[in-house]
Amino acid sequence: MRSIIEYLKEIFNGVLSLLRGMRVTAGYFFRPSEIVTQKYPNNRKDLVMFERFKGEVVMPHNESNEHKCTGCGICEINCPNGTIEVISKTIVTEDGKKKRAIDRHIYRLGMCTFCALCVKTCPSNALAFSQKFEHAVFDRASLIKQLNKPGSQLMKGVE
Amino acid sequence: MEEKVEIIATDEKQEFIVNMGPQHPSTHGVLRLVVSLQGETVKNIQPHIGYIHRGIEKMCESITYPQIIHLTDRMDYLSAHQNNESVCLLVEKALEVDIPDRIKVIRTIMSELSRLQSHQLFWATFGMDLGGQTCYFYGLRDREMILDIFEETTGGRMIVSYNCPGGLMYDIHPNFQKRVKDFIKYFRKKLPEYDTILTGNVIFRERTSGIGPLTLQDAISYGITGPSARASGLSCDVRKHEPYSAYDKVKFNEVLFSEGDTYHRYMARNDEMRQSMNTIEQLIDNIPEGPYAVKMKPVIKLPEGEYFQRVETARGELGLFVISDGNKNPYRVKFRSPNFVNLGVLNHLAKGFKIADLIAIAGSLDFVIPDMDR
Repeated sequence: MRSIIEYLKEIFNGVLSLLRGMRVTAGYFFRPSEIVTQKYPNNRKDLVMFERFKGEVVMPHNESNEHKCTGCGICEINCPNGTIEVISKTIVTEDGKKKRAIDRHIYRLGMCTFCALCVKTCPSNALAFSQKFEHAVFDRASLIKQLNKPGSQLMKGVE
Repeated sequence: MEEKVEIIATDEKQEFIVNMGPQHPSTHGVLRLVVSLQGETVKNIQPHIGYIHRGIEKMCESITYPQIIHLTDRMDYLSAHQNNESVCLLVEKALEVDIPDRIKVIRTIMSELSRLQSHQLFWATFGMDLGGQTCYFYGLRDREMILDIFEETTGGRMIVSYNCPGGLMYDIHPNFQKRVKDFIKYFRKKLPEYDTILTGNVIFRERTSGIGPLTLQDAISYGITGPSARASGLSCDVRKHEPYSAYDKVKFNEVLFSEGDTYHRYMARNDEMRQSMNTIEQLIDNIPEGPYAVKMKPVIKLPEGEYFQRVETARGELGLFVISDGNKNPYRVKFRSPNFVNLGVLNHLAKGFKIADLIAIAGSLDFVIPDMDR
């Protein structure tokens, strides 16, 4: 007799535990304000990433198409997997001196692991991360980017 | 006819081999288990690993110490902070650099947040493995808040790369303290929900209590670490026994049980979430002022010799062994990863149980496969 009571008690407690769990889930059904799901492609316009978000490496240019990159190649040395390639050239400045300057700053997005060592070690703060995160492309070749814009020049005062 | 059935059931040669994985939802990665079954009973398990082997140890030999950080992120991606911390602590120990308190405290908070989100994901996936789909959504919903904290300060959600030899990559974000406090306030309310949904659930209790018991003796001889070992009563918390960063300044309990079955391995992680929150609460208001990084030489070279550093990740003890020959690259790097060692006990635990229990046992050991293969 005793065992039957215990058996029934077990069943009752078991069902009760299931109902308790269901009360929690049903509670959310009546509190839609606590739903956190984002409807991603539809909220694209007001979706703002955090300012430090590591989207992709960019080289900020000012209005007169000037950047801060001196072509020293420290980012290339610090990159762990050959993402960055700095191709420099020698230019002659106005007062007749020969100087090293950047020709092309190649950035391979497909290889980048977003370790941020290039941005952190750059002595003239020429590199930064953008918040762009939609990187899907149809052609792998378009993941190889040139960071300095065509015709751009070194900002005055940056050595 | 009846006789024939009996022959199949008793003949030991009649084993049925099942490949569980490499693509199986409950292994959470590419782990292949070759399971010998007799009927539904597990006779033997042969784990096959190497499907996500990237040669991280070998790659470390050709890169510099600050660059190793981005590889350790990708080993145990749920304890990325602790993995990075091991490299940083080792380099700082070898170069005898004094680290300011601010860095130590921030590192500790970040490590505990990492542990919290890892255990949240464990709770989520463990519930899903055992048939509770709701757990997965609730676990990920709360984990999202920690990932937002990470993203705001470090710029990455899982692959954080926040620690660097000599300190931190950036200072904490101005919103950091407020967000962490908000999260703890929120999660203290939500954690009892976890218990109502899963811990108290009768189906869950029946499927985990007494399943895959691990004795203290076996835990020691198999080298199990982390919450899985503490559920068997083995006091193995590196944070207690060999405190690093700011762990010597905070008070927290080492969660210990003696039963060691699947249910208590789950409870050990569940209780560790509360301990992590206590640890964070003690530190979050007392972050000392100071620099966020110590100025290191541009090229870090360790003196010739052998170095070892261990840290407590969310899954157990991570050991990092480095031999340096005085160059900017390490001569040899070896990671003693907790997951690889914990995998060894799976056959011992699941033998004699049903194949459905194997899912529960493997889930309770909380494997992260990229950490096994490295």
